[in-house]
Amino acid sequence: MSHRLSSGGRLIDRGTPLRFSFNGKQMSGYKGDTLAASLLAADQMLVGRSFKYHRPRGVVASGAEEPNALVGLGSGNRFEPNQRATSTELFEGLRARSQNHWPNLDLDLLAVNNLVPQFLTAGFYYKTFLWPRAFWKHVYEPIIRRSAGLGEAPDAKSCDADRYEQIYAFADVLVIGGGIAGLQAALAAAEAGARVALWEQTAHWGGRAPVDGVEIDGKPAEDWIKTTVERLEKMENVEIRLRCMGAGIHDHGYTLGYERVSDHIPGSHGPRHRLWRMRAGQIITATGAIERPLSFAGNDLPGVMLASAIRDYLVNYAVAPGRDAVIVTNNDDAYRTAIAMRRAGLGVVAVIDARADVTGALPQAARSAGIRIIESSGIRKVKGSKRVKGVEICAIDSRGVAFTEQLSCDAVGMSGGWSPAVHLWSHCGGKLIWDEAGHFFRPDPDRPPTGADGRPNLRVCGAANGRLGAVLAEANAAGLESAQAFTPTAETGPAATDTTHDEAPMEPVWIMPRQAEYELRAKMWLDFQNDVKVSDVQLAAREGFQSVEHTKRYTTLGMATDQGKLSNINGLAVLSDALGQPIPATGTTTFRPPYTPISMGAIAGGAVGDVFQPLRRTPMHDWHAANGADWEPVGQWRRPYTYRRAGESRTKAVNREVRNVREAVGLLDASTLGKILVSGPDAPRFMDMLYTNMMSSLKPGKCRYGLMCNENGFLMDDGVVARLDENSFLVHTTSGGADHIHGWMEDWLQCEWWDWQVHTVNLTEQYAQVAVAGPQARRLLEGLGGTDLSRDALPFMGWTEGKLGGFDARVFRISFSGELSFEIAVPAGQGRALWDALLQAGESLGVMPYGTEALHILRAEKGFIMIGDETDGTVIPQDLGLNWAISKKKTDFLGKRGMERVAMQDPERWKLVGLETLDGSVLPHGGLAVLSGRNANKQARTEGRVTSTYYSANLGRGIAMGLVARGTERMGEVLRFAGPKDKVIKVRIVDPVLIDKDGERQNV
Amino acid sequence: MLLLTCPCCGVTAEETEFTPGGEAHLKRFGPGSSDEEFDAYMFQRKNPRGVHFERWRHAYGCGKWFIAARCTMTLEVFATYPAQTLEPPAEVIEKIRARRPDWEGAQ
Repeated sequence: MSHRLSSGGRLIDRGTPLRFSFNGKQMSGYKGDTLAASLLAADQMLVGRSFKYHRPRGVVASGAEEPNALVGLGSGNRFEPNQRATSTELFEGLRARSQNHWPNLDLDLLAVNNLVPQFLTAGFYYKTFLWPRAFWKHVYEPIIRRSAGLGEAPDAKSCDADRYEQIYAFADVLVIGGGIAGLQAALAAAEAGARVALWEQTAHWGGRAPVDGVEIDGKPAEDWIKTTVERLEKMENVEIRLRCMGAGIHDHGYTLGYERVSDHIPGSHGPRHRLWRMRAGQIITATGAIERPLSFAGNDLPGVMLASAIRDYLVNYAVAPGRDAVIVTNNDDAYRTAIAMRRAGLGVVAVIDARADVTGALPQAARSAGIRIIESSGIRKVKGSKRVKGVEICAIDSRGVAFTEQLSCDAVGMSGGWSPAVHLWSHCGGKLIWDEAGHFFRPDPDRPPTGADGRPNLRVCGAANGRLGAVLAEANAAGLESAQAFTPTAETGPAATDTTHDEAPMEPVWIMPRQAEYELRAKMWLDFQNDVKVSDVQLAAREGFQSVEHTKRYTTLGMATDQGKLSNINGLAVLSDALGQPIPATGTTTFRPPYTPISMGAIAGGAVGDVFQPLRRTPMHDWHAANGADWEPVGQWRRPYTYRRAGESRTKAVNREVRNVREAVGLLDASTLGKILVSGPDAPRFMDMLYTNMMSSLKPGKCRYGLMCNENGFLMDDGVVARLDENSFLVHTTSGGADHIHGWMEDWLQCEWWDWQVHTVNLTEQYAQVAVAGPQARRLLEGLGGTDLSRDALPFMGWTEGKLGGFDARVFRISFSGELSFEIAVPAGQGRALWDALLQAGESLGVMPYGTEALHILRAEKGFIMIGDETDGTVIPQDLGLNWAISKKKTDFLGKRGMERVAMQDPERWKLVGLETLDGSVLPHGGLAVLSGRNANKQARTEGRVTSTYYSANLGRGIAMGLVARGTERMGEVLRFAGPKDKVIKVRIVDPVLIDKDGERQNV
Repeated sequence: MLLLTCPCCGVTAEETEFTPGGEAHLKRFGPGSSDEEFDAYMFQRKNPRGVHFERWRHAYGCGKWFIAARCTMTLEVFATYPAQTLEPPAEVIEKIRARRPDWEGAQ
């Protein structure tokens, strides 16, 4: 059984016991423990169930690579699923629960999947659920959805209670990984004068060196680590950071760091996670290596662990995973674990070594300690159901039909060699080569990632480079070279000397025994988290999946939350073997960021709630908010949809506003309207290119409605242009289009007609603008006084400027409602006062503010188009009956050539018409006019669609506009529109202008 | 996320400070052009694996459009230069040739 030793543990503080619970059971550990260490100390070997077969699973690793020990942490609005127990620091009151079982961890009825392992082999879903077709939606998908997924999603209604932040940072040299290589690299770069940042993902400096007995300058590594960290802390050009993982390296040195600021001290002040967005000039990865499991039958039973993990738990936390262990290996490193166990007074039943004639320094030391070594052998299978009871041994080069010996044990330590953690190197284009001696992929020094200047910007050192021993000299060089990228003459001193035992070569063992028969191969786990076995990968190869990327997706190998940190190399070795090709010919799958999952909170950072995105406010925003505005988002603006009075519904409010504009007078906050000043000697010529109609002929003091198209000829924006003087125009755009249109103007001026003298300024936020519309509009403004707004002084489509009731106003006599209407623009700072003054002046005239919905209905009653309703990026002005606004005189304008294309001339094109339901009802949004029969895609044929549809309080019925095939030639025809629940709505084609066709109301 | 230097204001900034504008040095074909010419202008775009010329606008900075010569494979930026030119300047071509001797040239 796993237990805590009475002494030792370099990372724990026995003076500070901590209480926590696992599945409601009270347990205790020590400060400095990981959750995994505490669970093992409490003999909780079973920590979860596997994804597909619900097999019992225990802790297998000691760090970020852990595939099994995933738990749900916390509760309520702090609950988080799939947290790795091996990298979760213990704290007082921690609550964890295991995942993926029903009804509970010990008795999981879904483990029935395990009884028929053929049931869920590679490609099972693809093969099984194909037929009958109709079963997919109603039978298969609901079942799969219920059983799929790891852990439980947090409650959808509760919001994360914690705070997160992001921070931008810069460094000359960023070092990722705080083992001895990373520390030395940072020191060298810093001594050479570079600005250095150093990140370590765990809570401790020094990495594996203290556990593995590395000596530096003849003393334990721990001494050197302590001194070096102290030196770095004192240097002003260095910032070192624990609990900060290099999550991903992106273009041009852009690197994401995931700092878990207060996961280990919940409730403390400050953010929970911090996402570092670092621009690093040079990057050094010293990310170490990850031990590989061995593939033998039953290698997933609780109690089977990586040999290095056993060593970590022993040395760091004084936790022993068992009393009598068997170590199985193909290399010398695993003997360190055997020796460490023996030193701690624990039983080592035997070391089973796949190699013959094992005579390296470490095996010899083990022999001297009295440890039995069984050579040329492997584990045939592990015995036990929920934990290890023993192992059966067989010859390594055999089919494993029978065992040669049985050993009793309660833990198995396995080591299949080490794989350098090359993830970060690979994120941004670094390539790998296969190391023939070490049997691993390592960074290819000739094909490194490169920066903006095309030169290498990433170096790698230590175990991440496949190096064992003499790590410091290499790291020192990496640090110096990185600093020299900034100061070529920079110097630094020599590194200390690190020494460790020499190791004899490992011998690759991809399955154990090498010729294992199917029965064994079907119990050899490659990917513990996604339940992928050796037999699955071999099946995929037989079925023709030769690309490693295809095999990955077919079998789900390496697709779990651990992204195959343990399974990757073993899996592709098995695939290579099945395909009869060397491993480099198979290659690896792509490594993608993040290195381990990062929280959604860190990705969102502070951009949540009110500061999710910037909010643009008009000068009258606060008045709207205080007077019942129902907001409608328009780009980053908020516009009042309608103003609701006490007890009034939205619909009633809209109808009241619509009627009031036609009967009395209404005010609209039009400040969001785009306002762009176009000026200069070539402004008239430029305006003629921008608009489809002629703008150069517009007289100063006059306004003209115009259309803008893109080069395809499709309508893009519309609005009223006012000519201010000979050389300047004020362009009004749609509210959502202002920034885009300004950019569009600049594009043509800077990139095509750069010799034209034109200046553009986006003045949208400089002016507040109010539309005063309705039969009483002039009387209201006359109440303010100061400017003559009579019919003769300011005719329709004219503008004037001067004092209006004390305001510096520009008054445009334009109308989007068909009523007598004035738009008053004043400097933004006077906007609110103007609004208040207009309300006051109009009080006796029945003035009311109106919102965007009333605006829409009023324009629809007049048959005016709205960009985004009547247009969708495929509509040309001619489709909307706007031929009058397309100049025939101009030889060129943007979109002219596009409109000349054959398809744009097609008489079958859908044209804008009014749509009147025979029963007066309101048509559904986006409704389609349906014909009988099917088109080439077997869809119902259609001949038209609704573009705008409203209830008109003025007309007392539904009104609509739509695009209909040859629509303008078919006035009076009745179409059949599809309504909800297959209902047919009969609709007559009518003129879109429903009120005051001659425009007399706006002309008074 | 690329780092680009705006040749107009000299600022080196994150990609998010710029907006992309697609292939550079296109020739506009307006009224009077053939269908083939217009099709090439509107729709035919290069997608090279290697040297490419792209339009960018320093949208959240000085507002100017410029052109970046860069490698689509390694993301190396050879040069950025103002947009007021019909073809890449000679010194930009030289810089690219120095880094990519096998480059067949801007077509």
